[in-house]
Amino acid sequence: MSQISAWAIELVGIDKRFGPVHANRDVTLRIAQGTIHGLVGENGAGKSTLMSILYGFYQADSGEIRVRGETARIRTPSDALGLGIGMVHQHFMLVDDFTVLENLMLGAEGGALLKGGIAKARAEVERLERTYNLNVPLDARVGDLPVGLQQRVEILKALYRGAEVLILDEPTAVLSPPEVADLFRILRALREQGRTILLITHKLKEIMAVTDAVSVLRQGRVVAEFRTAETTETEIASAMVGRRAELSVARTPGTPGEELLRADGLTVTDALGVDRLKAASFHLRRGEIVGVAGVAGNGQSELLEALAGMVPVSSGGFTLKDRKVDSGNRLTPAEARALGLAHVPEDRLKLAVVKAFPAFENAMLGYHGDAELAKGPRLDWRAVVARTAGLMERFDVRPRQPALRTSLFSGGNQQKLVMAREMERDPDVLLVGQPTRGVDIGAIEFIHKRLLEMRDRGKAILLVSAELDEIMALSDRILVMCGGEIVGEVAAGEADEARIGCMMAGLTGPAAENGGAAA
Amino acid sequence: MSAGGGDELPRWVSLALLPAINIACALLASGLVILAIGEDPLAALGYLVTGALGSATGIGYTLYYATSLIFTGLAVALAFHAGLFNIGGEGQAYIGGLGVGLCCLVLSAVGGVPWWLALPITILAGAVFGGAWAAVPGWLQAYRGSHIVITTIMFNFIASALMAYLMVNVLIKPGQMSPESREFDPSLFLPMMHEMLGGLGIEVEQTPLNLTFLLALLACALVWFLVWHTRWGFALRTVGANEHAAHYAGVSPRRMVVLAMAASGALAGLVGINELQGVQHKLLLNFQAGMGFTGIAVALMGRAHPVGIVLSALLFGALYQGGSELSFEVQTISPELVVVIQGVVILFAGALEHMFKPALARLFRPAPKPATGVA
Repeated sequence: MSQISAWAIELVGIDKRFGPVHANRDVTLRIAQGTIHGLVGENGAGKSTLMSILYGFYQADSGEIRVRGETARIRTPSDALGLGIGMVHQHFMLVDDFTVLENLMLGAEGGALLKGGIAKARAEVERLERTYNLNVPLDARVGDLPVGLQQRVEILKALYRGAEVLILDEPTAVLSPPEVADLFRILRALREQGRTILLITHKLKEIMAVTDAVSVLRQGRVVAEFRTAETTETEIASAMVGRRAELSVARTPGTPGEELLRADGLTVTDALGVDRLKAASFHLRRGEIVGVAGVAGNGQSELLEALAGMVPVSSGGFTLKDRKVDSGNRLTPAEARALGLAHVPEDRLKLAVVKAFPAFENAMLGYHGDAELAKGPRLDWRAVVARTAGLMERFDVRPRQPALRTSLFSGGNQQKLVMAREMERDPDVLLVGQPTRGVDIGAIEFIHKRLLEMRDRGKAILLVSAELDEIMALSDRILVMCGGEIVGEVAAGEADEARIGCMMAGLTGPAAENGGAAA
Repeated sequence: MSAGGGDELPRWVSLALLPAINIACALLASGLVILAIGEDPLAALGYLVTGALGSATGIGYTLYYATSLIFTGLAVALAFHAGLFNIGGEGQAYIGGLGVGLCCLVLSAVGGVPWWLALPITILAGAVFGGAWAAVPGWLQAYRGSHIVITTIMFNFIASALMAYLMVNVLIKPGQMSPESREFDPSLFLPMMHEMLGGLGIEVEQTPLNLTFLLALLACALVWFLVWHTRWGFALRTVGANEHAAHYAGVSPRRMVVLAMAASGALAGLVGINELQGVQHKLLLNFQAGMGFTGIAVALMGRAHPVGIVLSALLFGALYQGGSELSFEVQTISPELVVVIQGVVILFAGALEHMFKPALARLFRPAPKPATGVA
């Protein structure tokens, strides 16, 4: 390497506290020029804080940042950009109504009048596109592009601003397997051109697929560093949780029984008249887990919400036990619960909990009509707290403080509280959306075991997840959704990631040149 | 329990320190105004305090004003817990009073009905009239998407015009110029506090303070119970905190919006009990005199909690009473200037309520347990 420095970025002895929370403890991280470096860790391990310090959102309490060997003071994101550090956020920072080119120029218009700037920007962007094989239609409205292309716009934006170092925060969360493969191809091309990439992810498979080195954070510290070629997923996972981690739970085939739910041409239309769920037909029996695979936003949310009675059916319908539901016979969420249906919604913070409430109030949300929780007109808070304490005990929700405000629990513990509330009712039909989104590895294992136990007790479970691994690990049958339709069904034994990935992406036939998933 | 407001602050800071700082700033600003017209701010403050609290008469008037403010403050607070900003307390109090007044006029025509028999009926009438007046904007918001802040303000004007029409053309006592109804049957008059205390052998001077004050305290207890100790209150707070979660939990947010507004308007409607059946003993124009608007400041300053509302209603009651004493005692301080002082307090305690919150939040950063893992 050059005499200047082999390191693109050096974070030395970074320490950051938020009051009593010690988010980063003496973190030292060195990222070699022209490599893809992975950063993994559980929720709350300090990844986001560290990246926010590097990108200028926060200031470290102590420690030093060096960029290409030189000490740097990064106080704002524009300082970071000036030093050639670009960030692609998990939630895209794009203006939907602008064209791609307009988005790229935003903040770098090159003068008060746009005309000259536009021509220059177009030439420069086209050069970047050629160099990295990053094709994006420059005159398309960003809102009309699929998520994978929007992400490319974000990457292009960073490159256009002259980023030498790219930070990608959970870039694959919203992508289908072929899109992930495409992204990795782009990342490799960037590496070949000498750019440095810092990849934050919790998917170990992706770390193995694309990185050169990986650093593991736990409780604010760097606890391990590996050369990717010399390590294994299990070794990384064990470093993350601080003990030997089981990556998959043992699953025996289910024994399906009586049919509890049957959908027939179930269609949901949104307020704009667009069919979000198109004529879905399937059935769900006791003693089986049916997985619904698909990239987020392809009708899975509408499916769950229609079955739970939260959105009206516009045509077709379904039968829950003996109750027929269609556009004329609506189901309400309260009635669905009374029929023995429980629902763990996909969007936990929007639907399943009220963040501002103490845990015990969320532990009775939806079941606040239970007779044993009230004495006459008065809610019996003691009974509510006692029930919450029981739920927390059995689902290992930490800390065990029923009166603590829900927003102060970590995502995984909030999710365990919701799972506990819904599963402890012993419903016959359980609808589960993204049960482990934002949940620590240890808790994932726990939740998976509980779901399988419930299935083995003869309950019917419909599982929606964006994690294909999770679907494959738990389901007896897999439905694949794309564009609001159920495009295929695969039995557990025949499930093959490449094939399901192609179905998710709306490609029919075998995996072609993309070669399927991240592997 | 989750008493609204005060998100990142310790309870005592949110409930005591922040309001105290706001009042101190309001007094400081008022002091500067008084200084500007060449009077002594400390002397003025002295007149204000002694006028409001320095005599039994002063205290009586202060509590009488506080009574109406408790009702309107509770009204704003209840809607607030359902996520609704009810600006229409003024109109709801006005129309609620119409209900009370009509009821009293009918009962007067019957003749000889004792007040204790009439009171449940007049309370119901005030609550129904005020509640219905608030339920319409509630329904418009829930089912037609018209914003409640806009519609409740409009309904204040409609209420005012409607009352003017009714008083001038329909309810006016024949043969007089001022738009006032007949006087109610004296048997309907609520007991005055000086009469009640006199019955107990305690002699106090005559003030407008009447039985309704106790009713207002009862309403506080009722709202506290309803909001924090019943299923309905839980559903109401859920709708206020996260409408989507409420829908998920089987609560209809739309229906709750209408019901919460109705309950809110019902509370505001009880102002008529205090002002009409308690004091004026006839139906007239503008008896609610800004109580509905001041109720917004009372609720904000009282952190939408009944105990806080009683305290802030007492403060604003004292301002009303002390303010009129002040303009009486100091010739250069006109009644308009007293309104300015009240306005400054409302400005700091209401509109700028959160001005010092970020600074206090930095001072009193909460200490989440490390185990909860905030990062």
